Amino acid sequence: MGESVAHKVKAIIAEQAMLDPCEVSLDATLESLGVDSLGLVETVFAIEETFDVHVPFNANDPESKAFDIRSVESIVKAVEALIAEAK
Amino acid sequence: MERRVVITGMGAISSLGMSAGATMDAMAAGLSGISALEFQDVERLQIRIGGQIKGYDEAKHFSRQELTLYDRFTQFAVLAAREAVAQSGAMLAGAAQSGVVLGTSGGGLQTQDENFRKVYEEGKNRVHPFVVPRLMNNAAASHLSMLHGITGPSYTVSTACASSNHAMGQAFHMIRAGMADSMLTGGAESMLCFGGIKAWEGLRVMSKTGCRPFSANRDGMVQGEGAAVFVFEALDVAEARGAEILAEVAGFAMTSDASDIVMPNQNGAVRAMQGALQDAGLSPDDIGYINAHGTGTLGNDRTESAAIQEVFGRNAPPISSTKSMHGHLIGGTGAVELLACIMALREGILAPTINYDQPDPACGLNVVPNVAQKAKPRATLSNAFAFGGLNAVLALRSAG
Repeated sequence: MGESVAHKVKAIIAEQAMLDPCEVSLDATLESLGVDSLGLVETVFAIEETFDVHVPFNANDPESKAFDIRSVESIVKAVEALIAEAK
Repeated sequence: MERRVVITGMGAISSLGMSAGATMDAMAAGLSGISALEFQDVERLQIRIGGQIKGYDEAKHFSRQELTLYDRFTQFAVLAAREAVAQSGAMLAGAAQSGVVLGTSGGGLQTQDENFRKVYEEGKNRVHPFVVPRLMNNAAASHLSMLHGITGPSYTVSTACASSNHAMGQAFHMIRAGMADSMLTGGAESMLCFGGIKAWEGLRVMSKTGCRPFSANRDGMVQGEGAAVFVFEALDVAEARGAEILAEVAGFAMTSDASDIVMPNQNGAVRAMQGALQDAGLSPDDIGYINAHGTGTLGNDRTESAAIQEVFGRNAPPISSTKSMHGHLIGGTGAVELLACIMALREGILAPTINYDQPDPACGLNVVPNVAQKAKPRATLSNAFAFGGLNAVLALRSAG
């Protein structure tokens, strides 16, 4: 399960960054991958559609702890937590 | 010689009040018009607050025949115009030299929402025959021309959050250029329906808790609805008939950021404010109040504060965002907000920015926090900076 969430999240971010999923490492930041604020909102939307969860993300408060977007790894963890919560 | 342009009538309806006067009184008192949204399917939304006009019964204002043609945004425009024309007493009917320019972003969005629901969700195969004339963006402008017998140039401007300011700027230019003697102008908006808010939710810029412009704890915009309509008139025509002059429209400028579809740009805002000052023949020191765009988003408030500081330096005048009280009326917002400028010039009252809880060092201006302030501005600016990077700033001067 963990692998598959990470794999899917990487694929979503890769699409926004116009990269191959294998170029998206867990320690990368969205900024370093070239994902801007619009790309971030699209990423959140794609995560919600893919995993059928609600992501508590407000663009006015991107540093909020409600959904940690500091790195690819933190996003994967946050998505795993949301999936567990939804169960 | 260029003609001077003045305002001789104003009318409005908003979550703060059913008239221009009631709206200004509520602004002066720092009241909030934001409440829990009430409409079908609201429970399926994340965002459930807005500046919705409550206790409004359309059947009390309009006949059944009128209502088959008037979307809610048209109803608001008609009511606001009725008040403005009654106050002004301007001769509009039959004069080829009068027109209507209104701003709206969503137009008849409620009509679209209701009828999409019927055909897609309820599976109906027929809709009311007047869906198209009800939903079209120019419906309100057309009804104002018909109701007031206005036979000159009439049209609608749609530039998202700057629609009303662009519309009023166009009306100002037309009179100044000699194309018209009098214009009905302003804007109307009513997007508070399931589809309207659902679309905005997607952008992740809306607040679930309240509109707190320039406050460090702000977390987004809150939508409102309503309309404001003004009678703009050539000074010579208004003086000749002995009309009461509410304020002078002194200058207008518009710029484009040419950068990002949603993120605001400091340079575009700076150039629009400087352009309006130059057009009005005013210097920064002449401005005693700015009605800020002040949406309560992270991006706008920081950028707008920096832009004002760049134009006005250390002596920046007080600014406020009345969106904190009536919400963001999108295409109608500049029109309702012009009331705050007129109130400042005529009554010496600067409307406050309510819900101001925590200073934000990135927005370090006098934002008239929470309580109205007394002042004697001789001139004011009203800012509107739209998605799409389209900026429109109006300068008013006191009538005296």
